[in-house]
Amino acid sequence: MTMFEAILLTVITASTPLLLAAIGELVVERSGVLNLGVEGMMVMGAVMGFAGAQWTGNPYAGIVCAVLAGMFMALIFAFVTQTLVANQVASGLALTLLGLGLSGMLGEAFVGQPGIKLPALDIPGISDIPFIGPVFFGQDLLVYLSFALVVAVTWFLFVSRTGLKLRAIGDNHVSAHALGIPVVRYRYLAILFGGACSGLAGAYLSLAYTPQWVENMTAGRGWIALALVVFGSWRPWRVVVGAYLFGAVWISQLHLQALGSGIPSQFLSSLPYIATIVVLVLISSNRRLSLINTPAALGKPFVPER
Amino acid sequence: MRLELKKRPEHSKAMAIASPLIAIALTVAFGAILFAVLGYDPLKALYSYFIEPLTEAWSLEELASKATPLVLIAVGLSVAFLSNTWNIGAEGQYTMGAIFGSIIPVYFWQWDGWMVLPAMMIMGMIGGALYGAIPAFLKTRFGTNEILTSLMLVYVAGFFLDWLVRGPWRDPGGYNFPETRDFSEAAILPPMFGNGAMHWGAVFALVAVVVVAFLLGGTLKGFEVKVLGQAERAGAFAGFSRKKMVYFGFLLSGAFSGLAGIATVSGTVQQLQPSISPGYGFTAIIVAFLGRLNPVGILIAGLMLALTYLGGESAQVTMGISDKVVRVFQGMLLFFVLACDTLILYRISLVSGRSSAGKDDAPRENLVPAEEAV
Amino acid sequence: MKTKLFAAAALALGLATGAAQAEPLKIGFIYIGPTGDFGWSYQHDQGRKAIEKALGDQVETTYLESVPEGPDAERSIERLARAGNKLIFTTSFGYMDPTLKVAKKFPDVKFEHATGYKRADNVSTYSSRFYEGRYVIGQIAAKMSKTGTAGYIASVPIPEVVRGINAFMLGAQSINPDFKVKVIWVNSWFDPGKEADAAKALIDQGVDIIAQHTDSPAATQVAEERGIHSFGQASDMIKFGPKAQLTAIVDNWSDYYISRAKAVIDGTWKSEDTWGGFDKEMVHLAPFTNMPDDVKAMAEETEAKIKSGELHPFTGPIMKQDGSEWLKDGEVADDGTLLGMNFYIKGIDDKLPQ
Repeated sequence: MTMFEAILLTVITASTPLLLAAIGELVVERSGVLNLGVEGMMVMGAVMGFAGAQWTGNPYAGIVCAVLAGMFMALIFAFVTQTLVANQVASGLALTLLGLGLSGMLGEAFVGQPGIKLPALDIPGISDIPFIGPVFFGQDLLVYLSFALVVAVTWFLFVSRTGLKLRAIGDNHVSAHALGIPVVRYRYLAILFGGACSGLAGAYLSLAYTPQWVENMTAGRGWIALALVVFGSWRPWRVVVGAYLFGAVWISQLHLQALGSGIPSQFLSSLPYIATIVVLVLISSNRRLSLINTPAALGKPFVPER
Repeated sequence: MRLELKKRPEHSKAMAIASPLIAIALTVAFGAILFAVLGYDPLKALYSYFIEPLTEAWSLEELASKATPLVLIAVGLSVAFLSNTWNIGAEGQYTMGAIFGSIIPVYFWQWDGWMVLPAMMIMGMIGGALYGAIPAFLKTRFGTNEILTSLMLVYVAGFFLDWLVRGPWRDPGGYNFPETRDFSEAAILPPMFGNGAMHWGAVFALVAVVVVAFLLGGTLKGFEVKVLGQAERAGAFAGFSRKKMVYFGFLLSGAFSGLAGIATVSGTVQQLQPSISPGYGFTAIIVAFLGRLNPVGILIAGLMLALTYLGGESAQVTMGISDKVVRVFQGMLLFFVLACDTLILYRISLVSGRSSAGKDDAPRENLVPAEEAV
Repeated sequence: MKTKLFAAAALALGLATGAAQAEPLKIGFIYIGPTGDFGWSYQHDQGRKAIEKALGDQVETTYLESVPEGPDAERSIERLARAGNKLIFTTSFGYMDPTLKVAKKFPDVKFEHATGYKRADNVSTYSSRFYEGRYVIGQIAAKMSKTGTAGYIASVPIPEVVRGINAFMLGAQSINPDFKVKVIWVNSWFDPGKEADAAKALIDQGVDIIAQHTDSPAATQVAEERGIHSFGQASDMIKFGPKAQLTAIVDNWSDYYISRAKAVIDGTWKSEDTWGGFDKEMVHLAPFTNMPDDVKAMAEETEAKIKSGELHPFTGPIMKQDGSEWLKDGEVADDGTLLGMNFYIKGIDDKLPQ
């Protein structure tokens, strides 16, 4: 394996949880809802993913548990912000607090226990091709799923009729409502999808990235995922670019350190954040690239009048 | 069966008072269940969470001291949010304010006299405002989304602080541990009573509340903030500049965050360390919205949130309830408060039958009150 | 004062008759992280549990976890003091000044601050000489490594961590003078993902042994996966790397905590500084595994020599990174220099922030 391959493999691992969570949040935000509780849903996914795998001995069962946990958290958020039209920003932050506490409580028994690692799914024949094989086809289910989700979400948002309706809601829920689209129901489903994706991201952490449970193990990745949605200007493939850019800089700075660069490590550690800002500035200062996609109704409450 | 909301013609005054009470009743009920299930005496647990921190003078001072940065930051943020400017990076501006303000006690530690503190506070405000100006500049010059830039700059500020206190600003007599020298007497915001925890930062917070209340309630600028926040096009016709408003929102909230940073460092921590904030800049976002972006509301919300932190500690110490349970309870409480807020604006009724959302009569424009337009 | 004398007398009486009738000693702890971090705070909490187990109803313990350093620290410590705790352990460096401030307000409460250097009449300090363990693992690394290069995942640049890297290197150089170590700072005590990433980056750059000064078992898991060796930190991590872990440097606070609690109960508590290593059982090495017998024998011998005081890891001749002389032949580093260590020894390529 060459160094480049090796680095690429690490980058994929570092980027996948960000991508999974971000792609879910992208759909949520496209529907006009801002859920800042990604970190809380993700950490719940991590603990329940770990728990599920421990109980059943099967990491795939863990993934299912993680998805359900993420959706459960999302449901709380959906009920409070959609049915009761509470403020979304504050509810999302409260969801993060709740998730961090609840996961710590549920996970107490799992501290210090090695987890079950999600196996790599080799595709016979293809996985043996030099370079392409191990990098692209020697990954675990969740990595494949992250890309499948990107393709599916792209198709859903920009090709399917339902996706069009969802975007219509995100841009103007009043008109969408007037057209007879059930705004609240769509949003509920979008939020649940976001929760499921955050759950997957959490499962990736506790089953693949580092198969173990420790409190607060998401370590702020939910926030980065949120930022990446903005970075990708609400377009799935740009979110992929963002997640991988972040992951690549994140890993490169570690390599730079190991090579003995002499640059203060704090500066290197802040590189991924700076790089994201710089690239976004470059994109947004370019007229051709900067299509404004911000869902106009983002974060605004909606109550059907009758 | 489903819940249906009907918009009230105007804010319900009765519900404005009743809603927090209902929230508290629900929290108490659910909290009691939670504590009982986990094997704690629910009454004692609730007492130690909500009442005990309020029964002693020292604890009340701690409450004020904890609420100070929250209120200060949230009040500034409310102006930005009302004008539809998304400053998520108050935490970074807080850190930069603390760093700028600390230049004086770190480099000019021999300097003595009454001028030191005002100079530090002003420097802190400048630091926070300058750091807030970065996302504002990127937004107005390049159209870069400020949510991302302000959030990412939080991390950068944290690493910068880390580098400073481990490198150039390290206390020469501190065995190379990561901290600056202790601030001199002249550089410490004195406690308001005896040697209690409450320092003059609390007064800054109150002044900030009054200033912003006046700004929003009685000035043209306040009108401009609200107009641009709610109807940007209308604002443009009135001759208000969106760009200037972005700067205004960021500079004001940045300055207040920076002041909160230097006030906390000078009044409470009394030196610069790698960790100077338990997430004040993020918690303040909750405070701003719990307070419905209203200065007085923010003051109350800040005190309430501070109480949930103090109550959590007290429940841990007196009852041995773990920090995790306490945080679950805090999250629950916030949800109840947020959900019950709905009652002020809407009438909730339980309706039977299937939802027919969107299929019956044509909807009218759903005018969202300013506090809700996010 | 009278009541205190009375209490002491009652306590003595109670002990004499074998039934602890007196008020139990209340002991409080402040942890920087969650008790579920399986690292630093977890081990301190194990120490708390050990006190409860050893002293039964003579003591009553409480703790506050996840208390960040900074503005919240002083209030949390004060709350423990006001809740009637007579012995309070503050278990992170950043609690130093808050501990002293609260100690001033509560002269009859005893405080124990971990890893700091400021003391008072009612404030003791304590820490572990983890570097003794690091010297031993350095030797093991040099024996076991085929590439002659080890990776070192470091948390944050404080003297303790720098000291550990130096001790590791000295141990390794005593076996292989040309040994190399690659250092990555993750700038966090706790981010399992980042620690795993750092381990992978190091392995990809050709190291075949990983040492760490971060708390989670992530690096050990990576080593296990990649088929190389590693050393655990804070807790025995053998479960996470049954084939990878050579040994682990285990924090053991239990003995110290029990002795200090007893001292308060007996009335013999004094303010002092304890910096214990193998000799005081404050540092343990997990069983030596996955290594040939001769390496194991060597490690055991070194451990015994350090324990008996025959060998001090920082004994000259030692040169600093830039080649200037630090310790002359046979000279032993004084504790003051070790405590504030912020320079590397010769042979380490990394640079420290100055």
